[in-house]
Amino acid sequence: MKSLSKTIESIPASGIRRFFDLVSEMEDVISLGVGEPDFVTPWRIREAAIYSLEQGRTTYTSNYGLMELRQEISRLHRDRAGVTYDPAREVLITVGVSEALDTAFRALLNPGDEVLVAEPTYVSYIPCIRFAGGCPITVPTSAENGFRLDPADLRARITPRTKAILLAYPNNPTGGVMDREGLQAIMDIAVERDLYVVSDEIYERLSYDAPPVCVASLDGARERTILLNGFSKAYAMTGWRIGYACAPANVVEMMMKIHQYTMLCAPITAQIGAIEALRNGEADATAMADDYNNRRRLFVKGLNDIGLDCPLPGGAFYAFPSIKRTGLSAEVFAERLLMEERVLVVPGDVFGPSGAGHVRCCYATATNQLTEALHRMERFLQKL
Amino acid sequence: MNREQSQILHALERDARTTPAQIAAMTGLAEVEIKDAIAAFEKEGLIRSYKTRIDWERAGEPRVFAFIDVDAQPERGTGYDRIAERIYRYPEVHSVYLLSGSADLRVVVEGPTMQSVANFVAEKLAPIEGVRGTATHFLLKKYKDDGVIFASEPEPDRRLAVTP
Repeated sequence: MKSLSKTIESIPASGIRRFFDLVSEMEDVISLGVGEPDFVTPWRIREAAIYSLEQGRTTYTSNYGLMELRQEISRLHRDRAGVTYDPAREVLITVGVSEALDTAFRALLNPGDEVLVAEPTYVSYIPCIRFAGGCPITVPTSAENGFRLDPADLRARITPRTKAILLAYPNNPTGGVMDREGLQAIMDIAVERDLYVVSDEIYERLSYDAPPVCVASLDGARERTILLNGFSKAYAMTGWRIGYACAPANVVEMMMKIHQYTMLCAPITAQIGAIEALRNGEADATAMADDYNNRRRLFVKGLNDIGLDCPLPGGAFYAFPSIKRTGLSAEVFAERLLMEERVLVVPGDVFGPSGAGHVRCCYATATNQLTEALHRMERFLQKL
Repeated sequence: MNREQSQILHALERDARTTPAQIAAMTGLAEVEIKDAIAAFEKEGLIRSYKTRIDWERAGEPRVFAFIDVDAQPERGTGYDRIAERIYRYPEVHSVYLLSGSADLRVVVEGPTMQSVANFVAEKLAPIEGVRGTATHFLLKKYKDDGVIFASEPEPDRRLAVTP
């Protein structure tokens, strides 16, 4: 047989998969390895979707997505961040932010174009850039700096081939956030060097200590930013696979071309659920965010109390404690913690070399489970 | 009430077993401050009681509830308060509400059997001075009570163990 795609072959399998295989044969495991809410989608959203099915709303929609949904999204960004997008030409409904990312990079990149990505990085970013023929250039960040992207570090990696910067705050896996000033400094570089900015703001509703900053609202950002967001985290809708991109019309037109031929449209049922989420889901989203915030403080204090150094992360639902004092690699730490105490965490180097010495713990889990996980982790640390 | 005090009450309302240490971690206050605040809430009556919600049906010890609409004669000076008090002092009475609409008071009575509830209404509730009439509705099935769903199994965690 002839060989398969060299591009795909060159991309390693996700480091998370091995742990999935290990844990699938174990019982009584407390998993802090998940990347999704522990809430079920609020009933009003589920009910709206069920009703739509009863009414026979089972067709394709416009390639761009339902106009009602695009209008709600446009209104949301106008009201919350003062950024206006034309619902007819500047909003594209996608199959989760995942599809939006893939489509954005394919729309932006020519072979060899470089994209700057803060690292530790969400596992999909680098593969998506490569699939699009681009070249990911990572910019390390560190716990000492709250995992914020340093403008000088970023600038040092810009070359004539640099095409775009990928921003993702609040961040998976670190929980790090950036304030307006810090993001503006990055945007100033993008303006100066004429770079695009792709901003994945899926955790925007989970910003606990300060209001989130919409990257598209920064000075000079509107014309060069592809804003990505979705419903998975804010409304506990991960399995619905529904997200969107907002960008200048010429960029959305390019993305739409790809989306049209690969997806045709996002599932109509999920789009209808998303409309209900934006129209009537505010109280549900706030209640869930308040709950995560309580668990964040409880869990992070617990980590520090048992001796794992962890600054309070500003957003998302991940703690990214340092395990350096144990002398173990993150991989060994995670594997032993799983086998010996049945607590599953994700080794930080799955997210890139600067995640080494850290583990990612998702605290979107019931409080009693978090407390039990901390007990088990403490017992594990005492045995070392 | 300040934000932290409200946070304490919300945490306890969600789960009465939340410890002062846990609430301290959630709010950033000291544990002793949480204990003091809770003691003050109890003293001032902001916190009325701590209870566990039990599905007695499932536990094999079913109880009988009846909703009794009471047509009552209000009194000069005290309105419905005095008559409501005469009713709510009975331990069989689970709740008493003053309502708008056709009935004046809605009384929820709890008992071990239908007979015991019927007897309570006939012998204690109906003869109270000022009670002009009663209409008793027995509860047949409890679907949801005080925000807790009783009709279905607790939701399992359906998430995969590891996701990106």
